[in-house]
Amino acid sequence: MHIGNYLSLVQQSEQQLSRAFSQVADHHGDEPDIYQVCQTLSDWSRQHTTELQPLVDRYRSDKSDEPERLSQTLFDKPRTGGLALLRDLHDLYLLATEVELCWVVLLQAARGLRDQELESRCETFDKTTKRQLTWLMTRIKQAAPQTLIVAD
Amino acid sequence: MMEQTRDSIADIWGDRTPHYGDWPVRVDQRVTTEPDHWVQSACVLCSNGCGLEIGVKDGCIVGVRGLDRDPVNHGRLGPKGLHGWEANHSPDRLTKPLIRRDGKLEEASWEEAMNLIVERSRDIIQKHTSLAMGFYTSGQLFLEEYYTLAVLGKAGLSTPHMDGNTRLCTATAAAALKQSFGTDGQPGSYIDLDTTETILHVGHNIASQHTVLWMRILDRLAGPNPPKLIVIDPRRTFTAEKAHIHLMPRVGTNVPVMNGLLNLVIESGQIDQSFIDAHTVGFDELKKTVANWTPERVEELTGVPASQLRAAAQLLATTSTLVSSALQGVYQSMQATAAAVQVNNLHLIRGLIGRPGCGIYQMNGQPTAQNTRETGADGDMPAFRNSGNPEHMNQLARIWNVDVRNIPHWSPPTHAMQIWRYAEQGSIKFLWINATNPAVSMPDLARVRQILQKEGLFVIVQDAFMTETARYADVVLPAAIWGEKTGCMTNVDRTVHLTQKAIEPPGEAKADLDIFVDYARRMDFRDKDGAPLIKWTTAEEAFAAWRECTRGRPCDYTGMTYEKLRRGGIQWPCNEEHPDGTSHLYTDGVFHTGADDCEAYGYDMTTGGAITPEEYKANDPKGRAIIWAADYEPPHEQPDQDYPLWLTTGRLVYHFHTRTKTGRSAALAKAAPDSFVQISDQDAQAYNIADGDLIEVESRRGRVLEPARIGDIEPGLVFIPFHFGYWDDPKRSRAANELTLTEWDPVSKQPHFKYAAVRIRKATEVDKDALVLDQAGQRVNAGSTTPKTTE
Ligand code: SF4
Repeated sequence: MHIGNYLSLVQQSEQQLSRAFSQVADHHGDEPDIYQVCQTLSDWSRQHTTELQPLVDRYRSDKSDEPERLSQTLFDKPRTGGLALLRDLHDLYLLATEVELCWVVLLQAARGLRDQELESRCETFDKTTKRQLTWLMTRIKQAAPQTLIVAD
Repeated sequence: MMEQTRDSIADIWGDRTPHYGDWPVRVDQRVTTEPDHWVQSACVLCSNGCGLEIGVKDGCIVGVRGLDRDPVNHGRLGPKGLHGWEANHSPDRLTKPLIRRDGKLEEASWEEAMNLIVERSRDIIQKHTSLAMGFYTSGQLFLEEYYTLAVLGKAGLSTPHMDGNTRLCTATAAAALKQSFGTDGQPGSYIDLDTTETILHVGHNIASQHTVLWMRILDRLAGPNPPKLIVIDPRRTFTAEKAHIHLMPRVGTNVPVMNGLLNLVIESGQIDQSFIDAHTVGFDELKKTVANWTPERVEELTGVPASQLRAAAQLLATTSTLVSSALQGVYQSMQATAAAVQVNNLHLIRGLIGRPGCGIYQMNGQPTAQNTRETGADGDMPAFRNSGNPEHMNQLARIWNVDVRNIPHWSPPTHAMQIWRYAEQGSIKFLWINATNPAVSMPDLARVRQILQKEGLFVIVQDAFMTETARYADVVLPAAIWGEKTGCMTNVDRTVHLTQKAIEPPGEAKADLDIFVDYARRMDFRDKDGAPLIKWTTAEEAFAAWRECTRGRPCDYTGMTYEKLRRGGIQWPCNEEHPDGTSHLYTDGVFHTGADDCEAYGYDMTTGGAITPEEYKANDPKGRAIIWAADYEPPHEQPDQDYPLWLTTGRLVYHFHTRTKTGRSAALAKAAPDSFVQISDQDAQAYNIADGDLIEVESRRGRVLEPARIGDIEPGLVFIPFHFGYWDDPKRSRAANELTLTEWDPVSKQPHFKYAAVRIRKATEVDKDALVLDQAGQRVNAGSTTPKTTE
């Protein structure tokens, strides 16, 4: 089974997303909504990683030794300014999509295994991730015209 | 000769006329001399919108009297209504346009001023597109003016950057109504107060802010069948003093209190399950969320004793009619929309909506805030159209005869805070401010002052007075005000009043409508067929255009005319079907939530993320009200070691907005000449402060010096009335917004004026000298600042 691999993949992705959200909060502190919402959304992802732990433990043995394709390199150095904000939101969206996709994959497996706990966790977490994506999309749409057309 | 029927300064609400049912008439009047004629109008000093007549003699306003037949006030007027008109004849009115030359504002002709504005507009649009153009309007203009502004901004310039200071006072009312019921618009009517069994005020100090509406309640309380009154407010206000139950939650905890109440109501089993099943969606989620809010948990977090919460819930669970109102204590605080929506939920789960005695007043702060929202001068689309709905946008394009692509609807409208942020970053280069005073009313004033002075930002201020903001302008345009021009205004219970021109404006001052029409003409905005985009010049013509725009929409004005409005206020919708207007919306339990009908598809309560049309359509509520659950989230700034106290802000009875008008009425200015800081006895002792001592209050953003007023407030909480600026007293830093946060509600984008962490200490004369400001709030002798001691 590869469920363990996927669980640690999603856990790492969530960790990374959580860090990325709080990094973006810090880099764009002058945008009060970015600062606050990103902190909240970072907390959500952090909470997921914690709540996921029992499942990761449970499926620890069900893990192949396949190498893990992971580590995003999107957040190398801090960026500031209007265009940077748009790019950072863009990258956050990609990271969150990665997480979202993991839930879909795991949910399929959970159904196959008839593991109710895994299934309901995935469903709940997926909802939260979708809310992160919704906000990111809203904010990206808002920032895009001004940034690409007028901002220096 | 001075004739007044009552002294409203000393006795704010006057004598009681006890009643149940029909509210007796009492005509309040104050004139300085016998008028030679009377002109029908309505008061524009709060969102109650009392009908009145303006007394005129020899071309001057000499007084006012309440309109006996008016449905809103039955002849009564409060202190602001009886005295505010004096501002019209204030000697410091702006009478000529001003242009900044070599750093100084100098008199100019209208021709020069308008040419300069048009030249700058063209230049900026050519280099940067109209996304570099921003408009920041007001809650004080008339409907016709807002609509004209909305058309010229959306279809002429095609800029999405248009909002009003209504964002600071009333955006949450609109957001909460849209979230719950699909579109803006208050479900109830003020007449509900005449018969209701129970009244709930959440964060609404109605006795001070809406004095005439409060008279209506006081008269009920004195009558044969008094309603029960529940007040939720952290301060012991005039309103709270009269309450049967006063809940005093900690700042920022409205959601837990409301959730606690909803939980108890649901537990009591007194909910209207058949109404919930037939007319709402989302109840199960609410039930699940509020189940965690036991009275004990609420007490622990909010400080409201469990027994009091139970008593309030008991009333709310058993009353057969209920009127609720919410205002700034909800709107300018944490989780503003989430908390306001819980008030709607209370009515929905008990089925107390759409019939006499059941009203929800998501109140407006400013008198014409409702019109800003209706016409789309605040970023919304005219007549509650949905920017995400292509058919709605096509309708607008047809009405204006323009290409739909000219109407900016590709992204959420730019809210005020974002407009200021773009100006700060330099991507908005042109900011036209009218009839408002952000240099006092916005949060974090130091930041706002910096933005206004920014190199490369062209600022136009259109106002009646040289406000704190106008001092920073590149062009100042003198505007006519109430009494000097004609137009309509819509109050909180959807009553539309016509307010008519009684006198000529001073000097060369012009009506805002005339200024906008002139700008549109000079900019040569045209429709698809090459005809002028703005096809009207008078207020009545603008009203006719607006009427057409509302046809078939929830705020249908098509049955109204100026002639009909001269007979008195009318509540929208008013059309062929309802020629006399409508007192209650949703009488059939059908709401404007259908995907084709709704004004917005809704927002995530926590993040403000917009729900997409596809998602909305997938769960189309099809006319059922939406019950939104919301869990508590802690405020982002909390008292700590460095800043151990909570600051909260609010308005006084005698002043309005930034006192631009009320501060120029002798009696109102005398009644509230200065700001102050209110602290509890305990804190006064702890800091060794006596009544009247000067206190320095400091937050992470700035500091103010205010005389102390002790008592009637919880320990740990500090209250400062907002909007005391500098124009009449530059001696010390005293605007509460020196201290407040740049932070806003995720859904309504309304800033959080109601909390910030501060520290206080007794101030000395030296501190006072160090904080001398010029009239625009700039520190003038920065050299002599005293070293700051920290606790
Ligand atoms: S209650 Fe409001 S509208 Fe009525 S007189 Fe007072 S300020 Fe004016």
